[in-house]
Amino acid sequence: MLGPGTMRFLLAALAVAASLGTQAAPIGYEGARHLLDRAGFGATDREIREYATLDREQAVDRLLAGARRVAVTPPPEFVDDPIERPAKLRNDPQARKALARKLVRQGLELRAWWLTEMLDTPSPLTERMTLFWDNHFATSQQKVRFSQLMYRQNVLLRREALGNFATLLHEVAKDPAMLVWLDNARSRKGAPNENFAREVMELFTLGVGHYSEQDVKEAARAFTGWSIDPATGAYRYRPFFHDGGEKVVLGRRGRLDGDDVLDILLAQPQTANFIAEKMWREFVSPTPDEAEVQRWGTLFRAAHYEVKPLLRAVLLSDAFWSPGNRATLVKSPVDVVVGTLRTFDVHPADLRPAAIACAVLGQNLFSPPNVKGWPGGDAWIDSATLLGREQFVDRVFRGADRGIMAPVAMTQEPPMMQDEKAESAQGGPGARLQRLMQRGMGAYAFDDRRWLASLGAPVETARLDRLVLATAAVDPVPASLDPAERVRALVADPAYQLK
Amino acid sequence: MERRDFLKLSALAPFAGMTGLARAAADPGVHRLLVLVELKGGNDGLNTVVPFADPRYAELRPRLAIPREQVIHLTEREGLHPSLAPLKPAWDAAELAVVRGVGYPAPNLSHFRSIEIWDTASRSDEYLDEGWLARAFEAAPRPASYAADGVVVGMGGMGPLAGRKVRALALANPGQFVRNAGLAHREEARSRNASLEHILHVENEIAASAQRLRGATREFQTEFPPGPFGASVRAAAQLAANPAGIAVVRLSLGSFDTHANQLPVQANLLRQLAEGLAALRSALTEAGLWKSTVIATYAEFGRRARENESGGTDHGTASAHFVLGGAVHGGLHGAAPSLDRLDADGNVLHTVDFRSYYATFLERCWGIDSQAVLGGRFTLLEIV
Repeated sequence: MLGPGTMRFLLAALAVAASLGTQAAPIGYEGARHLLDRAGFGATDREIREYATLDREQAVDRLLAGARRVAVTPPPEFVDDPIERPAKLRNDPQARKALARKLVRQGLELRAWWLTEMLDTPSPLTERMTLFWDNHFATSQQKVRFSQLMYRQNVLLRREALGNFATLLHEVAKDPAMLVWLDNARSRKGAPNENFAREVMELFTLGVGHYSEQDVKEAARAFTGWSIDPATGAYRYRPFFHDGGEKVVLGRRGRLDGDDVLDILLAQPQTANFIAEKMWREFVSPTPDEAEVQRWGTLFRAAHYEVKPLLRAVLLSDAFWSPGNRATLVKSPVDVVVGTLRTFDVHPADLRPAAIACAVLGQNLFSPPNVKGWPGGDAWIDSATLLGREQFVDRVFRGADRGIMAPVAMTQEPPMMQDEKAESAQGGPGARLQRLMQRGMGAYAFDDRRWLASLGAPVETARLDRLVLATAAVDPVPASLDPAERVRALVADPAYQLK
Repeated sequence: MERRDFLKLSALAPFAGMTGLARAAADPGVHRLLVLVELKGGNDGLNTVVPFADPRYAELRPRLAIPREQVIHLTEREGLHPSLAPLKPAWDAAELAVVRGVGYPAPNLSHFRSIEIWDTASRSDEYLDEGWLARAFEAAPRPASYAADGVVVGMGGMGPLAGRKVRALALANPGQFVRNAGLAHREEARSRNASLEHILHVENEIAASAQRLRGATREFQTEFPPGPFGASVRAAAQLAANPAGIAVVRLSLGSFDTHANQLPVQANLLRQLAEGLAALRSALTEAGLWKSTVIATYAEFGRRARENESGGTDHGTASAHFVLGGAVHGGLHGAAPSLDRLDADGNVLHTVDFRSYYATFLERCWGIDSQAVLGGRFTLLEIV
């Protein structure tokens, strides 16, 4: 005869076992696809099958363990070149023109370098998070101009992508590209520039409504003196520019400097919640659950802003795995371009056309629209970008033998860099980029026979559908299509725009 | 009566008791077509509408000043760049308004940021996500039967038409668009979630617009100039003449970013502009649409008053713009910015806020309350 206490214990043990049962069960093909697609950019059938046998914890821990701090792709050659100062070329229009052309060329190479890394890296999660922080600390080359500085910032973002947010914040604040972008390099005692002080609160830590205008003014004084050395483009502290007086920021008083202000911001629970909410929107759905976000925020702060514990909580949450949250995110242009190339095993030697394609589709890497970054979500999709996406996919999948593409969005001038537009008044540069893309895209062809063979024959239609789409096709695909035709129908379906 | 109630009432019975507002609502003026022409890169206003009689002009422009005898005189003090000769007939017919000194307070000298300010009609220190026309048409939708609220022809992003709910398209030419739109599906918006619903909504818009744009293939007696801008102008004329109707067409020409070697570059661009707009005037007259069309230029900024050392001009602020149409009140509008009073960067001070320019189009092309769209009341210009 079992006593009630024992009974309760047994029931509790059963409940634990049951819950462990769902957690510890293999995530299966669909679960693995969901995890890899959201944590990276698309996924191959082989990767999905590898992860399908793992349980949630094993799968997530394996992703986290693979995190990198440096890129595998060698950087473009120019990244260590000295910064050329255009002011010196004021009276030499030919040299100015040549410099402008060089900056555009390097900018495009830099974009292609990052896309290559996204495509080739053994840890797509690292690039996913690098891109996440890139959009969080949104800095535009349109103002910074020099690819060397954009590259250095990108290296920093990757180093701390799954590292520590507090470290990242302190270093980004002294990052030369950021100092130029938000004008702090020119900020000095007596006439502080408020640009960085405002954005660090509004966009990088607290979010709007959690600080006062007075806090912005006081913080701006604290950041004076954080500048750059124009000769090397490196961070330089200029003590004569620094306002060493007493300031009050968010109620804390003292002779605060920039690092003190950042620590004050990091001490606010709201900062952790702000990042946690952004993580929800990145990984889970467009509609954050406030209670869960708070829980993640508390955990993030308790972990001293280590990114991995937060990311682990996000990727292991029931919300992340909930069927209701699957296929609720709109793919970004990078998701479409890199995800398509990865999933379908297309590895072109030159990714400059892919960089131009991303730009035409609304995500010109290293050039977010403003300091708020790309708004993402539904804003990715308008008539021009949606037709552009369909044309990109069509271009990759129609095979080499089909007719010539008559593009709409793709005939638009790629919005690469102002310098490019400044280069010539004859409309030449846009046309040159278009030609580059059209020519280069020739190597972006999907090889259906090779790809289908890599899946192993025969391929069941259900597996193809689950590999290509995150949810059922909007237009049901007729069973009569052969596998290659089926893939083309699936990538043309509106559901292909979702992840 | 509250204005809102009144509007409701007049919507129920639009022709009952013709008050001023109701008459305005019934007026064909509220169904005008606005053709916007973006002068990409920032056109030099001082060498476009030339203040040849001002001695300061020659001082500031020792190498770049347009010689007085070459200027197309509009008054004893001012005239047009010689390349703009094809616009002279419109001026003589009082169908060309020249609006001087269009700009905004606390000007930003970055191309990128300043065109964003123009496209979103924001303050200089304010970031808005949506284009000013997108906001306007969300608040006051154009007829559902229209082929689209607006079409962007050719290069660049959606600009003033960027927004979630606006029915705006980007296309190179209407016929090609209709053929390409075959790539877009047309399904029921069966929604599994909000993101998919949005995608299906946009797909439906593309398909529906393509359907309605099938009629946008009219051929004209008018000859269009060769080159890409001529092709854009032809597309604009076809869109204007499409039987389903349309509210806005946006064209662009550039780059006007003449930091160096400005004289030949700007002369060539202004010639393309003038020939293109003259052709558009002719084509729309031919189609009986000239009276209901308003053409307006805009750009992120004008250029520095003083020429630079490279035979060019650097980024500036306010500039002159052109408004043309059969119902336009031709002549000089806005005050010419003083060349004696320049700001700390050496730029002219604006005399007309660009939001006054926009407010005029909103109110006079479509009868839209400009205050709600532009976040303030801006004086209307008597140009339309």
